[in-house]
Amino acid sequence: MKKEITKEAIAARHPRSPEALLSLLHDLQTANEGNHLTGADLALAASHVGIPLSAVRDAATFYSMFSLAPRGRHIIRLCASPNCHLAGAWSALDELRRSLGVDVGETTADGRFTLELTSCLGACGVAPVMMIDDEVVGNLTPERVREALARYREAR
Amino acid sequence: MRLARTHVLVGVDDEARLAGVDAVLAALREALSQFNLEGEVQVVETGSLGISGHGIVVAVQPDGVYYAGVTPGDARQIAEEHLLKGRPVARLRLPTTAPVARPAEVLGRQTRVVLANCGVIDPERIEEYIATGGYEALGRAVTEMKPEDVIEEVRNAGLRGRGGAGFPTGIKWSAVRTASEPERYVVCNADEGEPGTFKDRLILEGDPHKLLEGMAIAGYAVGARVGIIYIRGEYKLSIARIERAIADAEALGLLGERVFDTDTSFRVEVRPGAGAYVCGEETSLLESLEGKRGWPRIRPPYPVTHGLWGKPTVVNNVETLANVPVILRRGAAWYRTLGTPTCPGTKVYTILGHVRYPGLVEVEMGTPLRTLIYELGGGLPPGRSLKGVLVGGAAGAFLPPRELDARLDFDSLAERAAALGSGAVLVMDESACIVDMLGSVLRFFCHESCGQCTPCRSGTEVLVRLISSLQTGRADEATLAQMVQVVDAMRAASLCPLGQSVMLPVRTALSGFRDEFAAHLAGAPCPHCAATARALGLACG
Repeated sequence: MKKEITKEAIAARHPRSPEALLSLLHDLQTANEGNHLTGADLALAASHVGIPLSAVRDAATFYSMFSLAPRGRHIIRLCASPNCHLAGAWSALDELRRSLGVDVGETTADGRFTLELTSCLGACGVAPVMMIDDEVVGNLTPERVREALARYREAR
Repeated sequence: MRLARTHVLVGVDDEARLAGVDAVLAALREALSQFNLEGEVQVVETGSLGISGHGIVVAVQPDGVYYAGVTPGDARQIAEEHLLKGRPVARLRLPTTAPVARPAEVLGRQTRVVLANCGVIDPERIEEYIATGGYEALGRAVTEMKPEDVIEEVRNAGLRGRGGAGFPTGIKWSAVRTASEPERYVVCNADEGEPGTFKDRLILEGDPHKLLEGMAIAGYAVGARVGIIYIRGEYKLSIARIERAIADAEALGLLGERVFDTDTSFRVEVRPGAGAYVCGEETSLLESLEGKRGWPRIRPPYPVTHGLWGKPTVVNNVETLANVPVILRRGAAWYRTLGTPTCPGTKVYTILGHVRYPGLVEVEMGTPLRTLIYELGGGLPPGRSLKGVLVGGAAGAFLPPRELDARLDFDSLAERAAALGSGAVLVMDESACIVDMLGSVLRFFCHESCGQCTPCRSGTEVLVRLISSLQTGRADEATLAQMVQVVDAMRAASLCPLGQSVMLPVRTALSGFRDEFAAHLAGAPCPHCAATARALGLACG
């Protein structure tokens, strides 16, 4: 299958050593429509870096950037750390919940967005902040939240 | 730098990206080409210029003019009016009194050593780093100095780890140097996760070669051939910048095989994290580098003897390593003229929250908190008064106004030393609620506790339950006493600094802001706690 070939090619870019595990998992996860790691991905990673599958699963379930369950095409990570909290992260959260119609940890029915809370993103100069995939969106107000979501809705 | 009459520095970081800096750059370049200024004026894409919260910032040097909130149309106007006709555009200039951004004279009050190049050179051009004296220290080290001499110089300079604990860097290096194992590593901790800090990101993105040079010097000093930078997975731009810098340095023979044509080799690799605050703790970081979950190790043994793959390993913070080149270049005696006798040098801080000029500053060690907030941060916005400061991020201390004269260095802050390293300074005016802020801190720890040891795993859960009851009007005096009991037990019994340090915010909040806790116990309405209860679905009453 074409997809499997792609995954093998992804693995081939990484050294066959346990220290490559996190980088490899990042790349495998990004390649999936559901922004998650499948059982096959974990098995591939295990055989590629040469550690037991259980050890790969152990690591994959530890880090907050990895998910074993399918997520939306876009991951929204709203910072809930003290600085963003002080700057009004909750009103952004209210707007995200309202606009998306989902709660934290859930995916919209159209499979477009998953809403998550995260710890400090290191973009505190523009608090409150969220990331949509790799993009940092800061100075959040309800309007800015709606604008950002609209951009991603139009994109596809 | 290339010869040009004028340099236009454009700060490119996440904030600028979000504000559309690419369009501004394009407009600027188009205008320069149209006015035939390309030969005279050079546009330099650089890291953050140290001014946060004001959109795209553009500096024109040597004129020393800063523009804020620049749009593509503005860029065209700057090109025509300022660069062509020599008349700065008053409308866009950062005024020196209005509360829009840190004015140039305040910027000038800093002592920029680590950040000297940030926002000044193009971080993607190694030549510009070299032009500022970059890689000179590495060259001297590998061609003229014995490794022991390098360590001696760093030790004489009195450099202490900027990651938090303030451990003397020279002693750490010396322990690795004298280890019996021939295979050693230098690991750079760039897993900057302390809430409210992004100083390491500025160095990574604004002056990546300074970090690489510091690492290579460390590698030579301790006899390591491999250096690894562990960067937060969320810091995409940092990862890209540092990878580019490594490739450029290798191409010039400054890293890789036979550095400066000597027998010294030093290769640097980048490894991304995947979202775990605990990995900022050095043994968790090493576990993560080995492809495992980031569970801290029991110490001793320490990483200097049993580090990555069980080999002797130096683990240093980004800011610590970025101090190394200047120490070798200008000497330990010069370095000691900065800061205090026991904490020489400078420290980078992020001043955030309710201040007029939020952002990054670098000042000498021992600078009072008051100076930081009221001079460099510009004080609070007009008409607002200070309630308190959270110094050091979540694992930091809540300080009331009476402690503003505290000097910021590892020794003056005594047991709050851990609070210093991250350099986060969160200023809160009278509208903030300390109970609610403590709630945010405790929920952070509960989320980030790695779950390995019971005191921290259970302790953080209990603390969240207790603070939630306080925020929803279901607590009494015993609740507060119990919080202290729990954090003291965590202090004594937790495996790593994550669990141990929760004591600090809890105890300082309770002792510094007693009245506020009492008011919550008495059932005084609090809009902040009510909003939190709503957002988190906490049951009230």
